This record gives sequence, C-alpha cells and structure tokens, in this order.
Amino acid sequence: MTTVHEPRTSPEVGGIGHSVRRKEDDRFIRGAGNYLDDLNLPGMLHMAILRSPVAHARINSIDSSAAMEIEGVLAVITGEALAAHGLAWMPTLSGDTQAVLATDKVRFQGQEVAVVIATDPYIAHDALSHIDVDYEELEAITTPQQSLATSTLIRDEKEGQTDNVAYTWEAGDQDSTDAAFAAAAKVVSLDTHYPRSHPAPLETCGVVADVNSITGQATIYMTSQAPHAIRTVFALVAGLPEEKIRIVTQDIGGGFGNKVPVYPGYVVATAASLLIGKPVKWIESRTENLISTGFARDFHMHAELALDGDNRITAMRAGILSDQGAFFSDAQPTQFRAGLFHICTGSYDFPAAHVTAQGAYTNKAPGGVAYRCSFRVTEASYLIERLVDNAAHEVGVDPADFRAQNFIREDQFPYLSPTGFVYDSGNYHGAMDKAKEMIGYDGWRARQAEQNADPDATKLIGIGVASFTEVVGAGPSRQYDILGLKMFDSAELRIHPTGKAILKLGVQTQGQGHETTFAQIVAEELGIPYSDIKVMYGDTDNTPYGLGTYASRSTPVGGAATAVVSRKIRAKAQKLAAHLLEAAEEDLDWEPGKFTVKGTDQSVTIQEVAFAAYTNHPVGMEAGLEGVTYYDPPNMTYPFGTYIVVVEVDTGDGTWKVLEMVAVDDCGVRINPMIVDGQIAGGLTEGFAKANMQWITFDDDGNCIGSNFMDYLVPTAWETPRYQLGETVTPSPHHPIGAKGVGESATVGSPAAFTNAVIDALWSRGVSNIDMPVLPHRVWGALNGVEVSP
Amino acid sequence: MYPSAFDYSAPGSLEEALATLAELGDEGRVLAGGQSLIPMMKLRLAAPGHLVDINRVDELAHISESNGHLAVGALARHADVASSEAVSRHNHTVASAAPWVSDPLVRNRGTLCGSVAHCDPEGDWNSVMLAVGASVVARSSSGERVIPITDFVVDFFTNSLDPGEMVTEVRIPAYQGPAGGAYLKLERKVGDYATVGVATHLVLDGSGNVAEAGLGLTAVYGHNLKVTEAEEMMAGQTPGPELFAEAAAIAASACDPDDNVRGPAEYKRAVVAEYTRRGFAQALALARGEG
Amino acid sequence: MQITVNINGAGETRDVEPRRLLVDFIRSDAGLTGTHIGCDTSSCGACTVLLDGRPVKSCTVLAVQADGSEVKTVEGLAEGGELHPVQAAFKEHHGLQCGFCTPGMMLVGSALLEGNPDPTDEEVRWAISGNICRCTGYMNIVTAIQAAGGEGS
Repeated sequence: MTTVHEPRTSPEVGGIGHSVRRKEDDRFIRGAGNYLDDLNLPGMLHMAILRSPVAHARINSIDSSAAMEIEGVLAVITGEALAAHGLAWMPTLSGDTQAVLATDKVRFQGQEVAVVIATDPYIAHDALSHIDVDYEELEAITTPQQSLATSTLIRDEKEGQTDNVAYTWEAGDQDSTDAAFAAAAKVVSLDTHYPRSHPAPLETCGVVADVNSITGQATIYMTSQAPHAIRTVFALVAGLPEEKIRIVTQDIGGGFGNKVPVYPGYVVATAASLLIGKPVKWIESRTENLISTGFARDFHMHAELALDGDNRITAMRAGILSDQGAFFSDAQPTQFRAGLFHICTGSYDFPAAHVTAQGAYTNKAPGGVAYRCSFRVTEASYLIERLVDNAAHEVGVDPADFRAQNFIREDQFPYLSPTGFVYDSGNYHGAMDKAKEMIGYDGWRARQAEQNADPDATKLIGIGVASFTEVVGAGPSRQYDILGLKMFDSAELRIHPTGKAILKLGVQTQGQGHETTFAQIVAEELGIPYSDIKVMYGDTDNTPYGLGTYASRSTPVGGAATAVVSRKIRAKAQKLAAHLLEAAEEDLDWEPGKFTVKGTDQSVTIQEVAFAAYTNHPVGMEAGLEGVTYYDPPNMTYPFGTYIVVVEVDTGDGTWKVLEMVAVDDCGVRINPMIVDGQIAGGLTEGFAKANMQWITFDDDGNCIGSNFMDYLVPTAWETPRYQLGETVTPSPHHPIGAKGVGESATVGSPAAFTNAVIDALWSRGVSNIDMPVLPHRVWGALNGVEVSP
Repeated sequence: MYPSAFDYSAPGSLEEALATLAELGDEGRVLAGGQSLIPMMKLRLAAPGHLVDINRVDELAHISESNGHLAVGALARHADVASSEAVSRHNHTVASAAPWVSDPLVRNRGTLCGSVAHCDPEGDWNSVMLAVGASVVARSSSGERVIPITDFVVDFFTNSLDPGEMVTEVRIPAYQGPAGGAYLKLERKVGDYATVGVATHLVLDGSGNVAEAGLGLTAVYGHNLKVTEAEEMMAGQTPGPELFAEAAAIAASACDPDDNVRGPAEYKRAVVAEYTRRGFAQALALARGEG
Repeated sequence: MQITVNINGAGETRDVEPRRLLVDFIRSDAGLTGTHIGCDTSSCGACTVLLDGRPVKSCTVLAVQADGSEVKTVEGLAEGGELHPVQAAFKEHHGLQCGFCTPGMMLVGSALLEGNPDPTDEEVRWAISGNICRCTGYMNIVTAIQAAGGEGS
C-alpha cells in the first residue's frame, strides 16, 4: 500500500502528519540551550588528557613531578594509579577490553596516557607538556592486511590472543551460494574500501563528574546518546552501586553515533572526582575528538554477484576485512560481530548469499561506532549499490532498469532475505518510478549521451542511482542486546488532572526533535494537544530504562512504546469515561480527544476524563492516569528509497559537482513531515561529505591525518548540493503507528548514488571504480591511468 | 585548546609599535589579524614570547591608489580587499584571489599583509604578489625599505624582514596597458588551503602582443613560486592557446609538489598546467575587454 | 590586564591574562553560554560573534583585543523581548536541529541581511560558508535567512 498519511487530528492538537514547529527551538534560538560545557558547578576542577604522540610504543616510565609543581595543578593521574583500583582497563561495547590510561604500551596515536586535574583549563593544558613519558617505539601496524600478516602482536596483554584477529563472523549459506556461482552466466565483482570516517558532531564529547565523597552519590553529566546503558556500564566498571549513579544528559550538540560508547575520559574524570571530592569537567578538544573517539566504517570489501543469462541476480558473495584499531569497541548488538552488514543483499530478490567477515587489530584509534547508521548497514548498502551499478554497466543495461528487474516485488513482502532478515514491507518500484519522474531521468540520459559522445569533452555528465534498503529499530529481544542489555525501549506517560501530560523516555534526542515528535504521538493517540505535553529524557533517575538513541531506533522502538503506553492510558480513560457518562464501556466511540456514547451527542473530553481520574474515579479503580511501557519490537523495520544524482565531472582537474539530486524516501508513516525532511537533508549532506571529501587516513607510522577541521573535511553550505525530496509511504505492518525510522536513511543510501554518478560519467572512459572519498586526484588518476595512493 | 602564556602590547600608533618592536628584537612578534597565528598558538605549534598587537594602529588600515600603485595597509582585512572598488579597478588577479582566501569570517579578521609576511607556501597571496610584481614596505624604528616581493619571499615560512621590522604596506603596480589576470584555486572546500593555486597576470602592448606576463604558483613548491622562465618566454609573443600551453608546460616542470593526501605530484603538475592555461585565457579575455 | 568589553550593550570589565580567548571571556567570564566552541582551528564558526558589527570567530580573537569594542552574541539578537526576524525564521523554517551551530548561523545571517536584505541562495551560502552545520544540510538555514530578509524589507 502506498499512501500519504492524512492527519486525523486538528493542527492545534498536532498529531501525526502535522509539521508543527519544534518546541525545543525556543531555547536554542535564544542561545539558551544547556549543553555540557555550559555547566559550571561550584568548586569545579578541569581535566586535560596527555595523549600518545606515537602509534605503538612501550611505556618505560612516566615522570609527572614537574607538572605537579605548577600552581593550580591538583593531581596527575596515570594508568599505574588507576590499576591500583582495578580501573586501568574497561570493557568495550563489543565485549573486548580497552585501556583507560595506558600502563604497558600505547597502541594508537592519541591514546590516553595520563591526565592533569587543575583549577583552570588553561593551567591543566600547560601542565601536559611538563609530564615526561619515556616511550620505546615499536613497529606501527597501520593496515588490517599488514596486521594479519605480521607476527607483531598488538594485544599482547590479552590472555589467549595469539594473533591480531579481533573477530570472525559469517552469515548466509555457503553451499547454495557456491552452487549458484558455479551455474552463473556471468559474475561481476568489486573490491572497495569504505574509508574510515568520524561522525564529528559540532559539539565534542565531554563529562562533568560530581561524586559526593560522603554520600557516595555520583552525578555524572555527560554527552551520551544512551544514558541508561552508560549507568549500568559505570556500575559494572567502577563497582559503584547503581542506585547512587545518576547520569544526566542535557542538550546534545549532535551525536551521530560518536556519543554512544564510554570513553576513557569519562572514567578518569569520575575517578578523579571521587578521589578529590570535587566536580571535574573534561571537554574534548576537536583534535582529541577526531583522533581518539568513535571512528566509523573502515571496511575493506570484496563482493561478487552471480547473474543468469537474463541479467537476473542469482547469488551474492561478500568478504569483509574490517580495521578495528587497537581495541574492538564497535557499538553493536552482541550476536552480530559485523553489525547488520548481512543486509548487504539490499533491495534485490535472489535466493543465495554468503557473507564472511573478519576484524583485525591495528595501531589506530578504536571505535567502530555506527555513524548515522544501523550497525554497518551503511557499508552494506554501499557495497550492493555499487556492485549492482557495475553489473548493469557490464551487461549494458541501464542501471535503473537493471535494479527494477531485480527488485523484490511489492507482493513478496514480508520477504525472507537469504541472510535471514524478514523485510516488513516495501514498494521499491514505486520509489524508483517516483525518483525517475522527479529528476526527469530520460531527459538526463539523453543529455548525457549527447555531451559525453564528444571524445574531447572536458565536462562529462554522470547519473548515479541508489535504491537502498535499511534495517533499523533494534531490536527484538530474542536477537538484540548490547552487553546483555536487551534492546527494548520505554515510555512513561502521566496525565495531570488538568489534562496536561508529561512523557518520559528512555531514548535520547541529539537534535532530532523528540520533544516535539514524541508529543505528537501522544497527541495522535489521546487527542491532547502536543503543546500540552512535556517530554523528558536524559536523566536516569527520572526516566524509564532504555537503550538510547542511535541506529534509527527512537521512532521504531521508543515511538512504539509511546503509542502503546498512550493506548494503555486510553483504555483506562475509557473506563473513566464510561463512569462519567453512565454508559457501558463498549458503547463508547473514540475520536482523538473525546469519548461519545454511540448514537448520542453525549461526550466527555480526554481532559475531563483526566480530571475525573484524580477527583471522581469510581470505587474500586485506582486513582490517577499514568502508565509505563517497555516495548519489545516483534521485528526490525526496513526503510528504503531511491536516490538519483546527476554530476558533471571536470576531466581537467578531476573535480565534480552535483547538477541535480532527487531523494525519494519511504520511512513508513511520517510523524512530522517537516522534521523528516530535515533529517533527510542532513543525512544526504553527510553522505555527500563521505563521497566527496570526508575521511581519516594515516601515514605509514600511524600518524593520523585528519586530526582537526583543517584536515578532516566537512562540507560547508557552499559545497553542499541542493536536494529535491520526495516520498512514498509504505507503513510498517508491525509498528503501532506504521513508522519505520528515518534518521539515517540518507546517510546510508546516498554515498553510493554519488560514487555511482561519477563512475557513470567515466565508464565509457574505462573507469569502473574509485573508492570514497572520490577526490579530484583520484578521478584524475583513474582517467589518466595513474596509480594514486592514498 | 589554549595558547601558552605570553606578554602583550597594543601600541596606538605606528611609531609606538616600531619602538616596541625595536626594544623586543627577536622576542617580539606582530599580531595583525591573527587568523593563522592564534590557531597555531592554540595548538601549541607556536609560542611567541611577546605579541605586539597592531590592531589599534588605525593608520595602517588603508587601501589606496597613489603614485602609480595600489597600496594595501597592514590592517586592511581580506574582506576589505575583496569588497574594495579600488582593488577591482586596479588589478584583476588581486580582485579574483581575495574571495578565495579562507572563509568569510576569517576574511573579516585576517589581513593581506599578514598573509604575505607569513610566507606559508600554501597561502594564496604571495603567488598573486609574485605574478603582479608587488613590493613590500617594511618599517623599523630606524627607517623604511621597499622590498621587491621576489626578495621578500625567501623560503618556507621565511621572509626577509629583520628583527624589529614589520610590514606596513604591500604595493601593487598599476597596469601599463590593457591587462587582465586571474587566480584559480583548487580547494577541497571553503576554508581549505590550496591543493594548487595559479595566479596569472597579462599586460598587452599596443599591437596586442604580450608586454608583460606574470605567473605565480601556490602549494607546489617549498615557497610560492614565480615562474620566471614562462614569464620571459611569453614576453613579446602573440597571446593565445599555443603560447599558454607552452607556459603551462614550463610551469608544470618548474614546480616540485609533494605527494600527499591531496594527490600525487604528477596530478598537481597536471593541474598547474591546466590552471595556467585557463588562467591566462581568462586574463587575455579581460585584457581584450571580453571578460 | 584589565579590559572592558561591551557585550550586548552592557560593559563587562575583568582582569584577564593576555592569552585568554574572547570566546572564554564571553562564556566563562560574562556567563553568556550561547556562544559555543566546536574546533580549535578557526574552522567551524560555532563561536561566531559580531565584533564591532562584523562576524568573527571569537576563538581566534584574544579577549584583550576586544577591549573597548562592542560584541554582539546570540543573547543580544532579540530586542526588548522581541525575536530578531532571523530567530523567528529559524524556528519557522526548521533551520536548526541540535542547535549548536545556530547562534553563529543566525548572527552571520543577521549581518548579511544588514547589507543585503534580499540575498540569493548563492549569496546566503557564500556568507555562511565559514560556519559548519552537521545536522541540517544547510537547506533550511538558507531558506530561513532568506525568509528573514523578506520579513525585514
């Protein structure tokens, strides 16, 4: 079914389908947001971190005596001091261990070695240069290929670790896949590297730890996308009683996955506050952010498609080597060592697939976060969409037609993929048709044929298509947990006597607009105006337990919890209404905001019912009107869409620019269309960034190139393309309001569209692949047959 | 990040500034726009002992035409240069480069003279100045000297100022005849340094031949590079694609770019050649009034 | 040394080290935390303020350099409780998500509109190209600034 959702509430109520303006904006436009660095507590101290200048070295000694001499310095903490309390190492979200402060070796440039606690941040930073560390340099291992070939052990401290392998994993079925390849009429293959990237939210990470040494109460203010999970991790790592840990996350200046993990700085600042008895603030510099926290991607991918004689895909094979850095700290569900990469069969219907993955330790920063991505879906989508495009070119079929021929058809949903996912709903042909129509696909193809036909042309047109399928909304508890914590999420809703409400969430906004959209879900379900509903999150003492916001899970899981708890309350409201109207419950009709006795004009509003819940509830019924729901989703949701981009490549200098771009997204029912479009435009820009300029690389010694915003390039308004956005609506059949999640679709789907466009421009010149970022020198190198590295 | 501690003076006049610099000798460092210096200090890549802030020396904020040249004072910001009618009237290469220096906010603060003095081989202005034959006015408490830009740019981050001396003005000669110029910059995004920058300058004689050619390159050598061989080769010749291609070939072989994340040397040479051709073509169009 | 900076119409006098950055003076000394810090290299524009009417990055100006100057921060955009048209337009056109770049974007937008009340898409993009936004993709920021211009003219 493809429809556009018509709102069934009035604009004043502002339920689903209304582009109501965001409630949170009133503080942001006045400069009155409450970001972490805005917090100043009485007596607060400041922490600065000394980091390793080299990628791999043994630490012979650390002398901090000169730093301690500086006026205003209260403490210098080293790994040795932490080790005395069992805190020198901590668990990662993938069940590995990670050094908090290095004791034996440093394993990447930028690794935490010691911290200074001082009265002023200027003084804390001054003191860093007075700590003397004696490093004995070791061979730096900077690629996973090198890592697997060498006998040098990166994780020599780890019991039982005899090589540099971080994990191995596989999905799908090898035998049926091999059989399909053996019978194939044609095999198309692709090798590509999805480069290391960093989410780089504009606000860096940080913490203000305030541990009361008398009561043992630890209030930890931090930039966290998952405050509840962090509380539990803290309880497990530091051995603090969980009831005495309160994580408070106020406004977050963007997260994109960067703010999911626990970083060493958080642990040390908390330990320092406990030790000194005063609040301790640590705010990352941009360089610290880029060199030490939360990298993403870094997948070396090989894949093949088997085709039959009619250009139908019959099987896919993929092999991945991931560069994990020094510690395996991917933020991902326990059962899936390479995240949800096995969604790599994408939008296509074929029976066999086999995926193998292996991760290697290297002397680079750890991370493996899902940067605006549902656990490696981005890499998977890029791989299949690049591969399908090349297959189309190789068999001489238009890439849009090739896709349409191989799409899963609308009547095949729910669809069991060869790697075991059950796609909930989709209409891939619908999105493709709409995107082609919006951009004028045939017209562009005609213009391209004309312009590129000239052998001397210096401006070549390319048209890139990507038809992605995501898997988001982790997830059903039978399969999805992080460190054993099941990936449900929660909502607690309380209706006040005057009919106003407070909604408390386990998910955590970082700019997505939860204060508005979650109020709209309640408005839809109960008819209470969205403006009367206060939305709370980010305080573990005052909100129900949840796994937080990442992997596009807020709407699929937290949004579902909100709808379900609203319905629970409506059920009780119906009993109250029956009491007030002196009618039987089953004789009442509901429309948002009002119960009416069937066939009469006798009615009560939800506000009247709320008042009665506290002033006139029937004998035998509990007073109050509130509830809590922990929602365990029955399945994941599968947003999809088709993006088409037209580029012009300058063969003289290798630059390319976007002439036109259309993005048709189907994320199921759209709660607030304005906000959905905002998410998509932002996501497209991050996709463009990765295709065009944004990556982190290293030299042979493991020095990070991309350690500040002069070298780690993020696009400005000037480079960023203009987009035309379109939609189709295919509701999720299992989600209470039919929504699927949208925060990441565009970042997942768009990179392949951009790369495909450049390759499409150059295919006739003999170019079949350029790895991202598709930098001018790489384009030029590909055109001129010049080997280009990096 | 935070700079390490330093001493600070903010003289209110040029005379006072020069006296302070004379007193400080090697210790003193001029702070003008600070858009390169302050970030370097925050990253602790620079730690000057004493900053002499000239932002209160209002007499240095001028952009003026006099005595056959355009004078840009030490406090004229990039944004002032970019919006100056005198500049756009006076020199196409300068006018064309100004908007591509860093980003709009940095241009509101950073100064042309500061960039010239900084001698960063990836900086844009010195290529322009080398192409157009500018000169630098240096003052100290003991007097003034006018230094041709070719003598001023010594090497990687190195100029020919003496201790106690500061740049007060850059002078750009007026065109003698129909002329044009351009600055073409390959940057990865706004605010980026050049991967390659090419400044071209062309003056025609009465018969339409090249009276004077200028060619300066950014980011492809240890310092901004004046391609004298190409300039001399072009003098007296008929301007056009063949001549420009010849100049481009000379430029490509004169430069010595690094292999790095911005691309291999071979690529950068190719872009130098491409932009030299394109730049001179634009310059010629302007000189002929077709621009 | 002692300095006085006029911030949003009120004089702020403090004894500061020469190395103190203007952004720290504004945030920590004057307590105006609407001005943010996003990088160390003058690249992102989160710290943008108007210094004597011109947008600059306050992380790359020393506080002592602003002695005697007028600084306008996001807190000074609204006058007498009335939102500046740029502020209203950012909300109306969804020109912000996480809000971290927003103060800088609005200040640059307001400065642009002072001299050019009806800017084109390209002119707005050029003007805000010293400011990074990681959330919006800029589209709605451009629309908001243009709309605010329409409001004023």
